[in-house]
Amino acid sequence: MSGFAANARVVRALGMRSIRQTFRRPQLMAPILIFPTLLLAIQTGGAGGAVNLPGFPPVQSFLQFMLAGAMMQSLMLAGNSGGIALAVDIEMGFTDRLFSAPIPRYTIVLGRLAGTAALGLFASLWFLAIGLIFGAEIHSGVAGALIAIVLVTATAMAVGGIGAAIALRTGSASVVQGLFPLVLVVLFLSSAFFPNELMIQPAKAIAEYNPLSFVVEGIRGPIIGGVDAAELGEAVLAIVGIVALGLLLSARALRHRLRTG
Amino acid sequence: METAATLPAWRANLATIGALMARAKNELLRVPGAAIPGVLAPTIFFLGLNGVFGALTQLNGFTTGSYESFIVPVSMLQGAGFTGAAAGVNLARDMEQGWVDRLLVSPAPRWVLLAGNVLAASARALIPATFVLAIAFVLGAHWPGIDGLLVTYLMVAAMAAVAACWGSALALRFKSQSAAPLMQSGMMALVLMTTAYAPLALLQPWMKSVAEVNPVTNVIDAARQGFVGSVTWAETWPGLLALIGLLVVLGAWALREMRRTAI
Repeated sequence: MSGFAANARVVRALGMRSIRQTFRRPQLMAPILIFPTLLLAIQTGGAGGAVNLPGFPPVQSFLQFMLAGAMMQSLMLAGNSGGIALAVDIEMGFTDRLFSAPIPRYTIVLGRLAGTAALGLFASLWFLAIGLIFGAEIHSGVAGALIAIVLVTATAMAVGGIGAAIALRTGSASVVQGLFPLVLVVLFLSSAFFPNELMIQPAKAIAEYNPLSFVVEGIRGPIIGGVDAAELGEAVLAIVGIVALGLLLSARALRHRLRTG
Repeated sequence: METAATLPAWRANLATIGALMARAKNELLRVPGAAIPGVLAPTIFFLGLNGVFGALTQLNGFTTGSYESFIVPVSMLQGAGFTGAAAGVNLARDMEQGWVDRLLVSPAPRWVLLAGNVLAASARALIPATFVLAIAFVLGAHWPGIDGLLVTYLMVAAMAAVAACWGSALALRFKSQSAAPLMQSGMMALVLMTTAYAPLALLQPWMKSVAEVNPVTNVIDAARQGFVGSVTWAETWPGLLALIGLLVVLGAWALREMRRTAI
């Protein structure tokens, strides 16, 4: 078996383990699906009248508008849950056993990220299904849905990289879990839940430059309207930026962990 | 000196409840970081919702122009819900670690053990509520008056007791911290599927139907009245009645689970 194929098998095995771990533990699954679904229902039902506000973009319904926000929330929490699970592995000594195995170190992180990406994929399908069941249209059709799925999956992996870096650096599940509120802060300070133009200062100013706003607009665009190349390009650039940051931080944290034990 | 054996039953029960509340307080003083998530979550929700949905007050039918005044009682009650649910998670942890077994072999009645946990949550809920309220005042929320403030704090303390009964019942049923998401999401749904985000007339039809039958809508309206208008008995008593009803139902369930818990 070639080196690449062997490494791919390691990544696949660790990715599958990560997915199984999440589905078996309600504490990990709840933030990814239950809370975002609940919040989607609550915000759609409670603030649905917002579509009548002057300046609100033309949408079929508030649910259609909110789908991208729910996917973002889900993928951010999937990244956080992935970080928690990796930190638990470090605390329990499982990662040490992997470090002593004859496999490249990057496959350990990549395996976890593959699992997080798969959860992102699942989340995007879940929320698209919820949207369709409850009457939201995907304006750009199958192509638009595919774009949203790809963007959500890639962003989950990118955000997972930052979660993995923090887990590798601290080795503490409680520290990574403590970032949960921060995830909500970053989301509220983006256009995930409301159009940027209608937000109140200073949230509005911050949301304008928050990279997550670019990603969420890229996901939302094909759902509520047509595919806009510029919007899509900005989303891809933002994801590449988050991936680069995650890779850089993960590589440094991994080196630190291997040096200090 | 009186020993526990010579104390009248009611005094021994009160002493046990006091000891359980003191234990919860010690937990808070020794691990102050443990209170941070309970304080942070409602604060983030308050700031986030205010920044994101603040423009909703421009809609016809909104009873106030200040969204921070409208939303602050919701965040205070949400903090009470989180704190109460956390009491359930702590009870589940105590069961996993064997602490509850030791309590169960003590001569204290089961209701006393439950009351200690529930009352501790009620007292603890005042911390996030006060923190969120202070931030709301800084941002310009209206002063609700002394009577409005008292009604709001009463609702917060009682809501935390309701949440603690819910969390404790689930902890005793599942005997595992894995039930934590159910404890938290249940409370989140109960508090937010109401007039939390907007007045009843502006809710989507399905949400309006849910809010109309959700007893916590009355609690929110009672807690909110001072912030968006004046305090009246007509707006207060439905909230009190709803809380009493919830406490009776969920308290009875938690007690039943407590009595069914074998060592």
